[in-house]
Amino acid sequence: MKSVLPILMRKEITQFRRNKVLPRLAMMIPIMLVLIMPLVTQMDIKNISVVVLDEDRSLLSSRIENHLANSDYFRMQESAYDYSQAVELMDQGRVDLIVSIPAHFERDMLGGYGRPISLTANAVNATKGGQGIQYASQTIISAVTEIAAETGLEAANFQSSDIRIQNRYNPTGNYRHFMLPALMIMVVLLVCTFLPLLNIMTEKEHGTIEQINVTPVSRWEFILAKLIPYWILALVMIGLAMLLAWAVYGLVPAGNPLNIFLGAFLFSLCMSGFSVIIANISNTMQQAIFVLFFFVIQFMLLSGLFTPISSMPAWAQWLTYAFPPRYVINIFRSVYLKGTLFTELWFDYTMLFVLAAAFYTLATFTYKKQK
Amino acid sequence: MSTFASFVRKEFIHILRDVRTMMIVLVMPVLLMLLFGFAISTEINDIPIAVVVDEYTPEVRRDLTALESNPYITLTGIVEEGQVDEVLRSGKVSAVVMMRDGKRNVVLDAANSSLSVSAGSYITSILRSGTTMPLSITTYMRHNPQLKSAYNFVPGVMGLIFILICAMMTCVSVVREKEMGTMEVLLVSPIKPIYIVIAKMVPYFILSLINLATILLLSHFVLDMPVSGNLPTLLTLCVLYIILSLMLGLFVSTLAQSQVVALLICAMVMMIPIIMLSGMMFPVENLPPVLKQISYIVPARWFIEAVRKVMVEGLPMAGILKETVILCGMTIALFVGSIKKFNDRLE
Repeated sequence: MKSVLPILMRKEITQFRRNKVLPRLAMMIPIMLVLIMPLVTQMDIKNISVVVLDEDRSLLSSRIENHLANSDYFRMQESAYDYSQAVELMDQGRVDLIVSIPAHFERDMLGGYGRPISLTANAVNATKGGQGIQYASQTIISAVTEIAAETGLEAANFQSSDIRIQNRYNPTGNYRHFMLPALMIMVVLLVCTFLPLLNIMTEKEHGTIEQINVTPVSRWEFILAKLIPYWILALVMIGLAMLLAWAVYGLVPAGNPLNIFLGAFLFSLCMSGFSVIIANISNTMQQAIFVLFFFVIQFMLLSGLFTPISSMPAWAQWLTYAFPPRYVINIFRSVYLKGTLFTELWFDYTMLFVLAAAFYTLATFTYKKQK
Repeated sequence: MSTFASFVRKEFIHILRDVRTMMIVLVMPVLLMLLFGFAISTEINDIPIAVVVDEYTPEVRRDLTALESNPYITLTGIVEEGQVDEVLRSGKVSAVVMMRDGKRNVVLDAANSSLSVSAGSYITSILRSGTTMPLSITTYMRHNPQLKSAYNFVPGVMGLIFILICAMMTCVSVVREKEMGTMEVLLVSPIKPIYIVIAKMVPYFILSLINLATILLLSHFVLDMPVSGNLPTLLTLCVLYIILSLMLGLFVSTLAQSQVVALLICAMVMMIPIIMLSGMMFPVENLPPVLKQISYIVPARWFIEAVRKVMVEGLPMAGILKETVILCGMTIALFVGSIKKFNDRLE
């Protein structure tokens, strides 16, 4: 007997293509994520508004001020008479960082007993505050080193050139190149979960699933016919996203592209299997979407996409071992930027495979042909 | 008015009957809030590093001890020079410190450029700590002395969860009636469409208020978020945002042709701009001009900014006037839009 699988698949593809919204949405998502969103991912904070309160008025303090003014990170538009006025400006959101240089700073400094420069940052956003302080400290140190070198004083103590830093894999320090591969994964994460889930739930709500259930079509044929088109769609979208990344951002994988496609394929397998489980246990479309949303938002925010997994507390790090995106994001970033080899990523591939197997086993157990 | 009351009752019965969905709606935000509140963090610790050493001079020993004892860095071991590329590429370490011929080089895995900048500056400051420098800098972190990421993320997660969950609740309301064919029955009933729409909102509004209460209690008592400003201001702001979010769902519902499309828009399509353009993950002031313009229409952007101001900075109502007015305007626009779209269906 001829398998019904190709016939069922043709039905799914026709249904998808006939839909007015879905194909457009499916095209819009990679464009939005790969073309536009990388522009947003800029961790480097520029235009930090800084105020310098200079009570020293010396060569050194004006040099510090110059260095700050010439830096890309800072802009000096506001000014203040004293600390309390500067703080007021900070609370109004007009100033992000206050640098106050105490009186006799230069004299004391050259005398060898420094009174501290104080930096005050608005740290409501901890990252931004911390970065501002970090940049300002570096700028001040380089200004002081420069003066010390010019005056020949205690030059031995200012060994700033003794440590050389070499950036490997992303020498320009482009954060977008770090985010792009991960944003590609978001495309698969969204398309391979929401679309199959809604597809199955539509059949459930319209009652057409019962008609399928009374036919000799096995549950696997029914499910596979639904999922295979999405696996193909996921691979096509990854291909498209890679082309966009190359054409627009000049990013090409340093490693073997096949490793990327293999990761994407295993991941689409995982995620679509996951959505079948949710479809099996939900009664209504809305309920199913709530449950899926609950997981997808965790996958997005806790898989190392935006914030590093190593920053999370230990229990949360353990939790992420059950999150498929964690592995595929690592695969994509490593292969894309570092050219990591397949054998070095065996753990990630194995885990994706194990999770896929687990999801499909669960999906089989939760699928019931009869009510 | 009694017709209106019976409409509200009808909607309530719909929701109460579906216990499972209701439980999901009430429990999910709590779990997400706790999970994200504790887990999301940008604090950098435990950077794994390796060291290449050619000779154990006293300086090298001093540096090794300094690296070993630093809490931000985990020294995983000493590697051969030939292994440097391999350990970095496979992701075993994020940086390698090469100590040869009395020179110190730091090789960073700069794939994650943001992390590598911090790693580089930690390592250099550790290595420099041996040398004396008569310059000292004291730092003050205003509003957030411990540099807690939660101060940034809790308002962000609140903005994200409220808008998406509220919109997902109401986005099926109208379109489901359309799909089931019960819309016609509603339209011939002796009540104005505007009341039908409002009646649909009421039960969801009450559910959302319960969510608001649990989320605010959690963020203050469990996640240690301060409420520096006054509580009524915060509550007004949140209730306004909830109404806005419910209206957003309603608006989508009047536009969409099917439940599938409505849910896709509210859960999938809106999630991306809300995460990316609201200032929750990436600072809004960094955005390129065009995207900055787009971010102005993301309600979460204004809400998150206002919540930070009230909760962390302790500004009064006057300090968040701009955000409040914008959110109000958006709510009204969405309400008018929904009613207009809803009336169109009559023809």
